[in-house]
Amino acid sequence: MQQPGLKLEQAPPIAVPFRFFLTAPLFLLAAAALLAWSGAASFDARATPAALAVTHLVTLGYMAMVMLGAMLQILPVLVGTPVPAARAVAGAAHALLVVGAASLAAGFALGQPLATRAAAWTLGGAFAVFLVAVATALTRVAVRSATVLGMTLATAALAITVVLGLELAAMHGWGIAPPSFALRELHPAWGLAGWTGLLVAGVAYQVVPMFQMTPPYPPPLARGFPVAVFVLLAAWSAAAWHGDVPGLEATLAVLLAGGYITFAVTTLVLQIQRRRRIPDATLAFWQIGMASVALASAVWCVRAVRPEAPEALDLLIGVLAIVGGAVSVIAGMLYKIVPFLGWFHLQASVGPKGAPHMKKFLGDSPQQLHVRVHLVAVAALCAAALWPQPLVYVAAAALGASALVQFRNLVLAARFYRAELARAPATGA
Amino acid sequence: MPSINATMSGDHRACDARFATAEGAAASGDWTQAAAEFAAFRDAMERHLKLEEEALFPAFEKHTGSAAGPTEAMRMEHAEMRDLFERLAAAAEARDGDEFLGLAETLNLLMQQHNMKEEQVLYVLMDESLGSEAESLLAALAH
Repeated sequence: MQQPGLKLEQAPPIAVPFRFFLTAPLFLLAAAALLAWSGAASFDARATPAALAVTHLVTLGYMAMVMLGAMLQILPVLVGTPVPAARAVAGAAHALLVVGAASLAAGFALGQPLATRAAAWTLGGAFAVFLVAVATALTRVAVRSATVLGMTLATAALAITVVLGLELAAMHGWGIAPPSFALRELHPAWGLAGWTGLLVAGVAYQVVPMFQMTPPYPPPLARGFPVAVFVLLAAWSAAAWHGDVPGLEATLAVLLAGGYITFAVTTLVLQIQRRRRIPDATLAFWQIGMASVALASAVWCVRAVRPEAPEALDLLIGVLAIVGGAVSVIAGMLYKIVPFLGWFHLQASVGPKGAPHMKKFLGDSPQQLHVRVHLVAVAALCAAALWPQPLVYVAAAALGASALVQFRNLVLAARFYRAELARAPATGA
Repeated sequence: MPSINATMSGDHRACDARFATAEGAAASGDWTQAAAEFAAFRDAMERHLKLEEEALFPAFEKHTGSAAGPTEAMRMEHAEMRDLFERLAAAAEARDGDEFLGLAETLNLLMQQHNMKEEQVLYVLMDESLGSEAESLLAALAH
């Protein structure tokens, strides 16, 4: 019995994930700068050019940036199969994503269709390379576990998000009308409640019990959640597209939001029951993230049931889901992934006895500083969504500060790694 | 009959519990308890690792016809864990809190991602391929 795809030791070179992780905070910083530059215009409505530019700097430049890099790293561990040509895939996807995210933001912010067209090509290329590589890895898995199913559905949701996004880019860049204007609802829904939410949940089932030693998620939730979310999202999309069954779209939205509230609250309750009680920045980021997801979902229920509720609530949902939810969880994960990978690759080069432990790469207090600054940024952004003038400037400053603290922290860890590697006798890598 | 996966995963959780107690004691500066709990954790881990290396892995390798591949990677990670055990014991001896907690964080990540690979993939394959042989292996495990 041969297991050609089963290589449990496979970790891609450290440069594969690190280039994504070190780039991401710079896009968050760019989003904060653009927010300050465009002022309250970013918060006039959900779909102003300024709001779309800021949003995509965060969702593509920060979220997708880290999620792609982390997935190339974690797939071998989670499902036991390496991503083919990881180094080349990472190089191409990273370069195209950087150019694509920047051009899309420029296309929106400056009203330049040419930039939007460039973004459509480069982003289409970045995601195509990534999706082909990950789909190949997923078809080669040795064991079809619940985790594999979750990752597969998240990847499928990403593919749908990309196709919907390209349709919208055809409208902005080439003036080609989309088949339905419901696409403007569907694209963010698949990106956030599909790809991002399913990936976070799939990772949560593994890492929440493992980081803090909590009880495991209830099996029906762990197994049923990804499938339920995917099916509900598909049904909701059909209802939104046709729009002719009164109440159906709202009912499906409430069910979907209810699913996310259940997931977020379950995570918070499990974390209360954790065995490891020592203070931990990653835990704090997960708590901010899960509270934000629960709140975003609750506000989404209100909007679905009461269409006459203020439109500013849409902005609040976006801020809570994107910066409060996804950006927080990602920040927390980076503080485990980056020091661990640093230690892991260093001990492979210098031998385990010579490798400094994880907290030498980045101590607790710089991480805790980031937690506090980020919490202020989330609160300020929520307030600015409801009262843009003059709070948008406070929010922009806080978001910029959070991005800078994170960038400094990650650079410190990467520099420590490089210095230790240089100090080591020239063996191995 | 419980599976290899259920039995060995249960053992992982039991070791985790001991680890968390030792770490908590070190964090609160109770070095007598930390050293005792850490020693108990290390013993439990050694039993677990030995069982894999001396019984489960060889049976699986005989079945697949290769000592390379997934079990080889698992053995390598066992060696990395043992190095960290050594350094943790020295830190507990020296009552060096920062060193102990930093090493504990590192060991937790190494151990948990290792367990994940075993529980998600390797044990599942063992249960599938070893069949009735698993029963006798598990009986041996009980002792």
